[in-house]
Amino acid sequence: MDFLTILQILDSTVRLATPLLLACLAGLYSERAGVFDIGLEGKILAAAFFSAAVAFTSGSVWLGLLAGIAASMALAALHGVASITFRGNQLISGVAINFLAAGLTVVIAQTWFLQGGRTPQLSGAARFENIVLPGAASRIRDIAQQGPLGQIYSELISGHSIIVYVALAIVPLTWWVLYRTRFGLRLRAVGENPAAVDTAGVSVVGLRFAAVLIAGVLCGIAGAYLATALNAGFVKDMSAGRGFIALAALIFAKWRPWYALSACLLFGFFDAVGNRYQNIQLGEIIVPVQFMQALPYILVVIVLAGLVGKAIPPRAGGEPYVKER
Amino acid sequence: MDKMPKWADVILIPVISVVLALLVSGLVVAIIGESPIRAMQVMVRGAFGSAYGWGYTLYYATNFIFTGLAVAVAFHARLFNIGGEGQAAIGGLGVAIILLNVAWPHWTIALVAAICFSALFGAAWAAIPAYLQAKRGSHIVITTIMFNYIASALLVYVLVNVFRVEGSMSPETARFAEATNLPTASDFAGFLGFGTSAPLNFSFFIALLACVGVWLLIWRTRLGYEIRSFGHSDTAAVYAGINPVKITMITMLISGGLAGMMAINVVMGEAERLVLDFVEGAGFVGIAVALMGRSHPVGVVLAALLFGALYQGGAELQFEMPAISREMVVVIQALVILFTGALDNMVRMPMQAVFLGLRRRREAAAPRTPAE
Amino acid sequence: MTTAAPAIELKGISKAFGPVQANRDISMSVARGTIHGIVGENGAGKSTLMSILYGFYKADRGEIFINGKPTPIPDSQAAIRAGIGMVHQHFKLVENFTVVENVILGAEDGALLRPSIAKARRLLTELSQEYGLKVDPDAVVEELSVGHQQRVEILKQLYRHADILILDEPTGVLTPSEADQLFRILERLKTEGKTIILITHKLREIMEITDTVSVMRRGEMTNTVKTSQTSPSELAEMMVGRKVLLQVDKTPAKPGDVVLRVEDLHVRRGGVDRIKGVSFQIRRGEILGIAGVAGNGQTELLEVLGGMIAATGGAVTLFNEPIDITGKHSNAQTRRARGIGHVPEDRQDEGLIMAFEAWENVAFGYHKDPKYNSGPLMNHAAIKADCADKMDRYDVRPPNPRLPARNFSGGNQQKIVVAREMDRAPDLLLIGQPTRGVDIGAIEFIHKQIIALRDQGKAILLVSVELDEIMGLSDRIAVMFDGRIMGERLPSETDQNELGLLMAGVVTDSTRGAA
Repeated sequence: MDFLTILQILDSTVRLATPLLLACLAGLYSERAGVFDIGLEGKILAAAFFSAAVAFTSGSVWLGLLAGIAASMALAALHGVASITFRGNQLISGVAINFLAAGLTVVIAQTWFLQGGRTPQLSGAARFENIVLPGAASRIRDIAQQGPLGQIYSELISGHSIIVYVALAIVPLTWWVLYRTRFGLRLRAVGENPAAVDTAGVSVVGLRFAAVLIAGVLCGIAGAYLATALNAGFVKDMSAGRGFIALAALIFAKWRPWYALSACLLFGFFDAVGNRYQNIQLGEIIVPVQFMQALPYILVVIVLAGLVGKAIPPRAGGEPYVKER
Repeated sequence: MDKMPKWADVILIPVISVVLALLVSGLVVAIIGESPIRAMQVMVRGAFGSAYGWGYTLYYATNFIFTGLAVAVAFHARLFNIGGEGQAAIGGLGVAIILLNVAWPHWTIALVAAICFSALFGAAWAAIPAYLQAKRGSHIVITTIMFNYIASALLVYVLVNVFRVEGSMSPETARFAEATNLPTASDFAGFLGFGTSAPLNFSFFIALLACVGVWLLIWRTRLGYEIRSFGHSDTAAVYAGINPVKITMITMLISGGLAGMMAINVVMGEAERLVLDFVEGAGFVGIAVALMGRSHPVGVVLAALLFGALYQGGAELQFEMPAISREMVVVIQALVILFTGALDNMVRMPMQAVFLGLRRRREAAAPRTPAE
Repeated sequence: MTTAAPAIELKGISKAFGPVQANRDISMSVARGTIHGIVGENGAGKSTLMSILYGFYKADRGEIFINGKPTPIPDSQAAIRAGIGMVHQHFKLVENFTVVENVILGAEDGALLRPSIAKARRLLTELSQEYGLKVDPDAVVEELSVGHQQRVEILKQLYRHADILILDEPTGVLTPSEADQLFRILERLKTEGKTIILITHKLREIMEITDTVSVMRRGEMTNTVKTSQTSPSELAEMMVGRKVLLQVDKTPAKPGDVVLRVEDLHVRRGGVDRIKGVSFQIRRGEILGIAGVAGNGQTELLEVLGGMIAATGGAVTLFNEPIDITGKHSNAQTRRARGIGHVPEDRQDEGLIMAFEAWENVAFGYHKDPKYNSGPLMNHAAIKADCADKMDRYDVRPPNPRLPARNFSGGNQQKIVVAREMDRAPDLLLIGQPTRGVDIGAIEFIHKQIIALRDQGKAILLVSVELDEIMGLSDRIAVMFDGRIMGERLPSETDQNELGLLMAGVVTDSTRGAA
């Protein structure tokens, strides 16, 4: 395995980690505010479809992005109404949202495009272009002739869509918001003890809705990236469990932003390796591709089993807030 | 005093929720430019209009009874088993292993063996999440979701690398021996007009038996009493000498076993071999069925029948109204889960206000009875 | 320094929760710079009324005047703006935040934290000096003692410039000496011109610190009097609406053989040593009362003897036969089989399944008893018949076995538990907080049952945080502090002062001398 191959795998790791990272940060906002969100998957899927559909119809990927965010936020608002306003079971609401997205995207796609539940292929301005940073080579032939540093710059750092860079920037931003701002303090407080926030005269409902809607925005970007940057259009069930892997990454990261980045890169790496090699030979043992695919899930179970540290979720997580008498 | 009479809680609210879900579904159909009334007619006719339709409706309902009971039993212990999908898949593996490796003389014996193995494998797949919940407090919702994905990867692996028939490209096992084939509806109820194409088979009766068994278990046995106690309050359970670890484990094993038993209907009764993705979301439908059926076996049967009809009717819909995709059924399923599960309070609160108003009026009319 | 307009005036406040009328047409007025007490039984509506004043609930009807001005309080924000602060019975603190983070939460100065925290740290130092409320601003709240957590709550209110301070049952979790400290702080606040409302059910505290007192009963405010012109027995009568016997009738104990012997018991839970070497014994026909402030190991003592949790060390015998306290081979059911009854401290979370009907609760913990079963199935008819019989004999109202437990009043819920645990005449009865949240009529009934069981020659371990109850019922009193028994006393040879010192862990010459 030569250096450039490794770089290519890492490059693809970054691409594949991006939707995970966005969804994982989405979950982070929601769950830090005490609202479990197993509907990340559905929000990504809805955003993927609407971004692809609008990008195709309008020819503008930016309009597509907005449509994706809007769709995801609509589902987020539904989750908010069910689990915050009506104090329903947050897990059941998440399950419902996943199915709603899985069903509605195909039903609407079939009505609009009559292509068996997919959108037409996107091209040109309907997709996010890869950005070539100044001084970087873009063609593989040119990259191969560069030195190692140049290769890292051209292959790994340069040549991603704008969303990749945005996603990476959201990690420090999230850390800053969470630990350095008033909003962050209140957000963390409402996930730990909503009664403390309520008696301090701050609206629990307002804070939780804000968090859930931020999760909607981030899932929207994740879905749009999936359909308009990583792929060229929407196909049925294209989120393919990424929402759940993101959830897994969130637990792995113990609900902290920088750890979320590492966890998502790790899971993106598994994905990249699994895509490149069908079976991996490690000496005598052949690791089947299915094992690589299942690895993120297995790792989460191991983390949850408490074999590697203990993942303690926000204390008020999953509980609707009811005022005590 | 309770805010509502019991019948309102058990019957009225689920019915209102389902009607709301169907109304919103109709709205979706109308928005995509089709007639909801006609779609409804097509679905009802497709599901109940012929023996053929009934054969499919009841076949799907059989699956949903098993997975619905699985979710319902877990709900009684306040455990949310979202892993029915994976447990059913692994249950199928158990059925395939026992039917392929033993030369069964008669289907009745094979059926007993298949029930045991499907339940055993399904239970085994629920055991690790159950253990982690009981001993480590790891959230069972997350672990069972993870186990669904692990099961799916495992099934692909064994079907591609272990059980695939040599020379065949498709990831499936060989056909089971003829002696193990279950009687189908045309065999035991041909006089009702069931043809050989109807997939309804003997497993349907096993499903009904399972309902009776679950009813006895939950409401008549000491174990069921302990499961319900634990579900209502784990601290009270400890006070009464009920071991939370034991109850969590046993409940999840029963739940996983019931989900696994779904495989006898599909793998043994219908496909007569193990194919990839045979569960087709039935594990998730079980959630909707259990919520709608208020975790009671009778409710589960009724809800399973509704969803069986939706699945069969939805298939017909695709033929008659091609603009409506089959995924419309998934939308309806989502809305049922949403309204009966997550938005329960939205229906409940106005109803409580109505009943409270009624009672106030009654009390105002009658003289006050002396207080407690 | 009183001005003409009262600090707080309530006019015609009413509030219903569903079918329950929690407050009915309440009017009240509190002068500025005074301490006003509100007393009443559990469920009399005290907390609801204060929650309305703090904007936590909206009143259905009625008006609120602050300093003479009509002030609608639709939410807590409005209450804070009106200068009202509340210290809840269960603290509203974020446990893994620091003190300073808790103090600024909701009262930050801008969108960024850094300036707010710097300012709060400075102000906290000033406030703590001014009022004698010393707390480390950077300590994490969950690592503070309960008394200090309460100080954080008070500081939170002062930081928000509260002029009116409401304290809801503030001494329930404090040792007598911590309570004294709190009262000194309240006096100090009063002299600074703050107005204080103290909600409590302890008449002694009312007499000690308040200037005026209001009595609530069944959602209504029945009386308001000057504290100096009333007495505890008069207040008790106003609370209940009839004459109350604060004394329990009983004959001297005639202790027999030793029933329970506990030697060097140790319990560790959540990484903390809760019981650190406790030894005692109880004889037939004897009530041993365990006094102490909540959280000093009494809960664990009941739970380990009742088989709910395992001990980490020590030995327990019942009639000289060892009991397996490691939890490996025993649980609450095997304890019941050995003749140990257990009325738990918390009937709603432990003693009953609130959603179960009364008859199902009558079998709770005894559901494997052959008389409740026939073969593999439970015999529902037999359980219902037994339930109806018990309801009759223990005066449970309404006597309907099909009614869910949550639909009974607190006192009747407790009678169901008492009937279940005491009717089998257990050799040893563990009973915790027997009358918490129970109306006075049921208190008298339950106390009589406990004495009657003792007179049958049974052994009783009574745990209560109510000193009056301990003094009235016990034949011997042991005081627990920090997981240890500080001393044993006979009720006739001790008083509340001595017990209070022991409860605070203080062993002086006088307390030692009596040992």
